[in-house]
Amino acid sequence: MSEAVSAVITSAPYLLEGMGVTLALVAISLLIGFLCGIALTLGQVYGPRFVKRLVDIYVWFFRGLPNIVLLFLFYFALFPMTGFDVPAFAVAVVVLGLRSAAYQSQIFRGAIESIADGQMLAARSLGMTRWQSIRTVILPQALRLSLPGWANEYPVLLTDSAVAYVIGVAELLTRTAQVISKTGEPMVLYLTCAVIFILLNYGGMMLIQRVEKKVRIPGFGNNEVTDT
Amino acid sequence: MDAATNLTTNATALSGITDFLSETWAHILAEIPFWQDILLPALWDGLIVTLQLVALTAPFGFLLGLLVAVARVYGVRPVRWAAQLYVIFFRGCPLLLLLFILYFGLPSVGIVLGSFLSALIGFILCNSAYNSEYLRGALQSVKGGQMTAAQALGMTKLQAVRYIVIPQALRKALPGVSNEFIYLIKYSSLAYVVTVIELTGAAKIIASKYFAYFEAFAAVGVFYLVIVTIATLSINRLEKKYAIPGTGAGKGT
Amino acid sequence: MSDTPILRVENLSKSYGDLEVLRSVSFDVYKGETKAFIGPSGTGKSTLLRCINQLTVPDDGHVYLNGEEITHSGSKINEYRQKMGMVFQNFNLFDHLTAVRNVEIALLKVKKMDKAAARKKAMFELERVGMADRADYYPAQLSGGQAQRVSIARALAMDPDVMLFDEPTSALDPELKREVLEVMRKLAADGMTMLIVTHEMHFATSFASEILFMEKGEIVERGSPADIPASPSFERTRAFMGTYEE
Repeated sequence: MSEAVSAVITSAPYLLEGMGVTLALVAISLLIGFLCGIALTLGQVYGPRFVKRLVDIYVWFFRGLPNIVLLFLFYFALFPMTGFDVPAFAVAVVVLGLRSAAYQSQIFRGAIESIADGQMLAARSLGMTRWQSIRTVILPQALRLSLPGWANEYPVLLTDSAVAYVIGVAELLTRTAQVISKTGEPMVLYLTCAVIFILLNYGGMMLIQRVEKKVRIPGFGNNEVTDT
Repeated sequence: MDAATNLTTNATALSGITDFLSETWAHILAEIPFWQDILLPALWDGLIVTLQLVALTAPFGFLLGLLVAVARVYGVRPVRWAAQLYVIFFRGCPLLLLLFILYFGLPSVGIVLGSFLSALIGFILCNSAYNSEYLRGALQSVKGGQMTAAQALGMTKLQAVRYIVIPQALRKALPGVSNEFIYLIKYSSLAYVVTVIELTGAAKIIASKYFAYFEAFAAVGVFYLVIVTIATLSINRLEKKYAIPGTGAGKGT
Repeated sequence: MSDTPILRVENLSKSYGDLEVLRSVSFDVYKGETKAFIGPSGTGKSTLLRCINQLTVPDDGHVYLNGEEITHSGSKINEYRQKMGMVFQNFNLFDHLTAVRNVEIALLKVKKMDKAAARKKAMFELERVGMADRADYYPAQLSGGQAQRVSIARALAMDPDVMLFDEPTSALDPELKREVLEVMRKLAADGMTMLIVTHEMHFATSFASEILFMEKGEIVERGSPADIPASPSFERTRAFMGTYEE
């Protein structure tokens, strides 16, 4: 047992670095997913018909494929075709981000569709353009309504990020496996890794709850929107 | 530029295109045996393993999830806590890590499960933890009056839960549980990492062996898209069929 | 009073499928007039208002604001709409903004006023409708009557030439109707040009300068509140309206 403890202690700095990589992976993917997700939603809700179709296909594609297949497809096939030598971390971030965008877009869409038509009418009646109305009236409301669904996206991405192991991104799980191959003690080290993931999960959720409380508006957004 | 050169340029361009087309065609023809004799048979074999994993996980994942949910809502305090810990651990631990623990970790304490069983148990634990959350929400959303009314008819608490609350809750939890089923199809691909040769594993082996990454992963992608689409459509039908009129569950279309 | 009407509506028509909601409706509105359109629900009154500020695009006909055609005006419609304040039946206050932010948002984004000036103007308008003390309340924290007064302030803040009221009191409890009515009466007295769509008879007669009865997408009767009771078709209309009176 003492050997196991010393294995954990000596490898702690290396594992903590891996935790940093995991968090970076999650944060950047969430951001990519957020920005692309909003663009997809706007295309799907307000775009012309062919844009709606394209977004449908995008969402169908990224929600229909396992992470691991997407990672392999992008890492071994699609990125090499471009001729650039793209590092595994970047591939993982792009894949997780684009996939998250598909999910986030459906959360935002649900939120936008739950906003009464009268909000848009009132904005237009004041002389706002369509885009001004979307930006100043619809989106601020939709983003608030999306928060509960969006809060769900963080734990999903966090646990999904471990899949980046299969293309060798040096995140927490990959590093844990590396340490185990040197020192043994698989059970203790894997459980340590699990505890770190669980703590990150709860830490992040608590942070999101605080944000939710901060941006809460009296009497607004009691109707939760989650993706279906 | 005079007409003659113009014509020659056109002719060169044209022959360039035909060359390209015939080359591509030859390429496709050359590929056929690879697809027919190697890639597709391997993927078919993998598909069967994937379907086995999914078919075995789904019922156990559901029942275990229901058990955990009932424990969380109706259990005495230590049982509630144990159930909650279960959910926290198996939802918070990445599935891949869970598979590593089962396949690489347990043997070090003397438990050897083998690859298929490791994957299966990992999926069931994960699937049940997520299902239990949907079921818990559904159980809690059944109004207190239902329980009281059942007990007023002389039912015991257990009977009331069994015959009145659970049937209502199941219908409410259906969208979440079926969503989880779709996820299960996709995350069954992780079994490949603990050497179960299911769809993704089969594709990866062929891809590396024949250096045919694009073909293998594009093909396996199509397989998953087809399965997931079929499952999604069937579930939508099921949900429509089992919606209780007037309970507003059929809204999300 | 100048010769050009503030608003001229010519042969406005609108159908949804086979249903003709508006049939060639025409009228002029001069400065300071208050026209009340009454009639049972589903007679095209609300569609008429929305076709005026082009929130609904009419199938046929023309609308002129101060002599300029605003039908088919492309993106210029956003400028014209600022001159036509609209008040909705269910208020449509922006749910994520406080009362004062509701009033100033278009001043900031559309009129590009600076923050201090927009706030000052917004507070002035809230004062006008008696809502200054609720400036920092969110829509969900206001009663229906208060919300409607804020929405009137929001429209007034754009300094419109004409105000369009779409059933402004029908979503309100009787005791809350009065406070909105008072605000509107004051506006009319101050010389605001107003178009009011309503199915409440006493409402219309209390301060409108002209009453127009609508039925099946057409104006079937019009006159001053004093003239109308003498008109023969008024009996019929009033019988029709009777259900809404109590």
